[in-house]
Order: sequence, then C-alpha cells, then structure tokens
Amino acid sequence: MKLAGRTWKFGADIDTDAIIPARYLNTSDPQELAGHCMEDADPSFPARVKPGDIIVAGKNFGCGSSREHAPIAIKAAGVSCVIAGTFARIFYRNAFNIGLPIFESYEAAAEISEGDEVEVEAATGRIINRTTGKTYTATPVPPFMQQIIAAGGLIRYVAEKVRKDV
Amino acid sequence: MPMTLTEKILAAHAGKEQVVPGELINARVDLVLGNDITAPVAIREFEKIGVKDVFDRDRVALVPDHFTPNKDIKSAEQSRLLREFAEKHDLPHYFEVGRMGIEHCLLPEQGLVGPGDLVIGADSHTCTYGALGAFSTGVGSTDLAAAMALGETWLKVPESLKFEFGGELGPWVGGKDLILHTIGDIGVDGALYRAMEFTGSAIEGLSMDGRLTMCNMAIEAGGKNGIIAPDGITREFVEGRCRRPYQFYESDVDAKYQKTYSYDASQIEPQVAFPHLPENSRPLSDVGNVEIDQVVIGSCTNGRMDDLRAAAKVLKGKKVHKNVRLIIFPGTQEISLQAMQEGLLQIFIEAGGAVSTPTCGPCLGGHMGILAGGERCVATTNRNFVGRMGHPESEVYLSNPAVAAASAILGRIAGPGEVD
Ligand code: SF4
Repeated sequence: MKLAGRTWKFGADIDTDAIIPARYLNTSDPQELAGHCMEDADPSFPARVKPGDIIVAGKNFGCGSSREHAPIAIKAAGVSCVIAGTFARIFYRNAFNIGLPIFESYEAAAEISEGDEVEVEAATGRIINRTTGKTYTATPVPPFMQQIIAAGGLIRYVAEKVRKDV
Repeated sequence: MPMTLTEKILAAHAGKEQVVPGELINARVDLVLGNDITAPVAIREFEKIGVKDVFDRDRVALVPDHFTPNKDIKSAEQSRLLREFAEKHDLPHYFEVGRMGIEHCLLPEQGLVGPGDLVIGADSHTCTYGALGAFSTGVGSTDLAAAMALGETWLKVPESLKFEFGGELGPWVGGKDLILHTIGDIGVDGALYRAMEFTGSAIEGLSMDGRLTMCNMAIEAGGKNGIIAPDGITREFVEGRCRRPYQFYESDVDAKYQKTYSYDASQIEPQVAFPHLPENSRPLSDVGNVEIDQVVIGSCTNGRMDDLRAAAKVLKGKKVHKNVRLIIFPGTQEISLQAMQEGLLQIFIEAGGAVSTPTCGPCLGGHMGILAGGERCVATTNRNFVGRMGHPESEVYLSNPAVAAASAILGRIAGPGEVD
C-alpha cells in the first residue's frame, strides 16, 4: 500500500473537536462528516483537501473525545494517512479499528513543512519527504495491531474469531 | 510481584495471576456503554460481525444523553437506532428521556458499576468510574461493537502514575480544583496511555461526588484511566446500590509507579482553566478581570448533588448578573428530584437561572446554550477546546461549581468569597 500526497501541517494537541466539531455529530454519514473535517482548525481544509493528502501534526493528535467520527471524517476526506509526534490513546485505537493508517515520528512531524510531497511505506513505517529528500522511520506498530490490520480492521478480526468459536 | 490496583483488576479480568505494564491482554468486561453519538456507529459495525445477540443483555448500557431530548431530526434518527436496538435485544439498561441522565452520572448512581469492575464505554469520560475503584476507560464505536459481541476487549496494561495529595482541602476547593491543578502541572498529554492513581489524605477526605469529578478528567491529561482505592466512603456509596457483587482491590505498598507526584492540597486554590486547553489552569487569585456572558453548571464532571449544593450555597438569595445567562443541568433525573426536594432548584430559579432536564447539551456544543462568536462562558464541564461550546471564536473557562455560581452573580470570573 503506497500512501503519498501533499501535506497539511497542524500544531500540537489537535483535539477531536478541531477534527470534527461536535455540532456535526448528529449524523454518522462519512461524507457529511468529511465536509466539516478540520474545519475549526483550518476552515479551508474540507474544500481544498485532495485524495492522498497527508496530515502532519505535533504531539497528542486526536486528544479529547472517543468519537470514531474523527478518524472516519479524515479518511472520508481522502486523507491517506496521518503522521504525528504522538497520538492520543483512543484516537490511536480508533484509527486502527477503522483502517486509517497513522504513523508516529517526532522528527518527521517536526521537520516536514506544509505543502511538502511525502510518501509513506505502510509496511515498514518509512516516511520519505520527496520535497527535501529526507527519510524518517515511524515507531513500529505492535504485532497484535498488525494482526488487526492484516485482518482488515477490528470488525473482520472479531467476525473471524466468532466464526472459529462456533 | 507487587501490583497496582489497576494491574490487579486487569489481571483478574484476563484470568491471570499477574500482568505487567506493556503487556497486551484480552480482558473480560463487566459492562459496556454507548451513547446517542457513538452507539449508532457501533450498532452498524455490530451487525457486520454476524452474531445474533449481544454477549449479555444485562451488561450493555445505552444512554441517549448528548443530543436529547432530541434537538433536531438527524439526532432523533440517531436516537431511534439505539431505541430499536435496545428493543430488538431486549436490553434492560436502555435509558429513555425522562428516566435518563448523563451517562457517567447515571451508571454509578444506578449501581451498574462497582469496585473491581472492568468497564469500557464508547465515550472518553468513561474513566469516571475509577472513583469507585473500578478500571474503566473510553474506547471508540468499533471497540464497543466488538465488546458487545464478545464480552471482552484487548487492552495494553498501562504504566501507573501516582498522584499524592497531602494536607486538607481549603474552603471552596474540591475534586475539580485538584484535577485542574494536576493537569496544569503535567499537561494534556502528561499521563498519555497511563493509569492515574489518586491517593493521600485529601483524597481520603473527598466525597464520592468529588472523586467522580477527579477521575472524570483523567482523560484530559491523556490518561487511560483514573483510579482511587476503594475505602469506607466507597463502601457507603455502593452498599445497597450495586446490582452485582463487587470487589475491593488496593495497590501493594511496593507496587511500581513510573512516577509519583506529590501535592499539598492545602496550598491549592480554586482553579480556572483558560481557553483553549484544560492544562491552562491558574489559581483563582491570578485570573484578573474576565467578563463573561454565560455560566453553565452541570455535566458528567460537576452535575451531582455536591456540585448543585455548592452552587446553591453561593446563589441563595442572590441574583444572576444582568449580562449573564446561568444554565443549570442536573446530572440525572434522580439528582433533579433530590435537588428539588432540598429546595436547590428554587434557589436557582429565584436567582434568575435556567434549570434544564439532564442532557450533555452545551458541554459539547450540542444544544441548550450554544455560544455566539466572541462570547465567554464559565463552565463546570471538562473541555475548553476551540469551538467546544459553539462558535470557534467563543471562549470557555473551566471551574468548580462555587466559582461558576459566584461568577454568574458578579458577571466576571470570581470566587465565592467575593459575593457578600
Ligand atoms: S457531559 Fe460533556 S463530557 Fe460528559 S458525557 Fe456529556 S458531552 Fe461528554
């Protein structure tokens, strides 16, 4: 799986209200949510984001609520992956569960600039900044979570498990 | 090997003698929770798994509390999904408007969580129940769906941080102030992925309501769970209330903590967290002159009896400032009733406050008190992110209920001592 696109840069502690404001949570339709993605952090984002684009942010990305609508909105907006210094715990889980690739790297998060062309190799966690030529390696994903990804998300993983148990 | 309280509960639910931080476990859950925002997504995912029923109908709680009584057609459709799912699976713990409350006020009150439990909820403030000596943490909708099917969930055993509060609480200082002070100290990711265990003489002296407030905000420091060892106060709260058998665990004296923080509670003033992060907390004496437009008292953080009593004590015989809208949200129907019987609602209404049925309402910028651009609100809620209560250019200041009440009277952020 190749993840590549132009980057959108955000700061530290981007919370779930910035990713998808609660006022839009009276729906769970991914496309509707995508239309308001990152709106309170950058009102131009929903209209200008392109398929494949990558979000780059500082530490603690996705802090705040448990709303899965946050990674759902990002994914539905066409964003191919998120690179951040660290991710808040529930957002981290949710992203894996719904199949939004995320990568932790302090250096990449700090050094990549808005608008850089970046490519990520999902399997190895190698992040390549095509604009500057620099490469980075993201924190490895625990093997158990790789199993979830391999199964195609948590629900498929559980569905398999349920079938085996019967 | 010695273990912390959190580790002991996780080990017991994973069927293991012991667990160590970093270990991945599959743990049995005692209760799972969803609300009108998160459960619709979970229900959709649940249907994909291919099981006929939930793992145990007595252990699934659905609480439509965020946009209820429904504020618009879309939210009514979301709530209907919960109602229909509850009916289809014959779930006894579905709470309809008129019988409901804000989930994290409601579940402990209804005796659905108890000491030693392992609870996951598709709501980040599920960490509240740590106040009872339970392990509880927030997850997403897909995790909820999986747990509804399996009755178990995977967890990484967190490292533990210990927060010791020595001394005694000063006047008008409560659990909210201790936790805001702590978050101010360690930051909004200061406890990322970790368990926050609260101990010390000030915690031992804290009421159950105050403890629920503290554990509620563990997530605001990035914590996986907040937890307080159960004691006499816990026993008094759960006896005759808890619907399932419960178990008291405590940390071994030589249990390992990644770090210990010590505070002298007697030195902590009432705190106010400035926009736009809960870590921007300051002692009340450093606030300066901040004029306000609205005050919100309630939420899963401070919508319980102790909170309403503190607010009423300040508001009794006083009037809300002419430039301020005061809105009060009791946490549950039972709390509303009790507040009515104690005459608190009368005090609020006579002061010029608006009293609502239980709902999350403005806490998440849902309805019932949305802020316009440039407006400022003092709220007893737990988050003051950009746009949290409405317009992206509005501001939320977090405080305890007594400070919120005093601010409503004076039209600026103020302490109860300033109200004569
Ligand atoms: S009161 Fe606020 S923080 Fe608590 S559950 Fe409701 S929206 Fe979430």
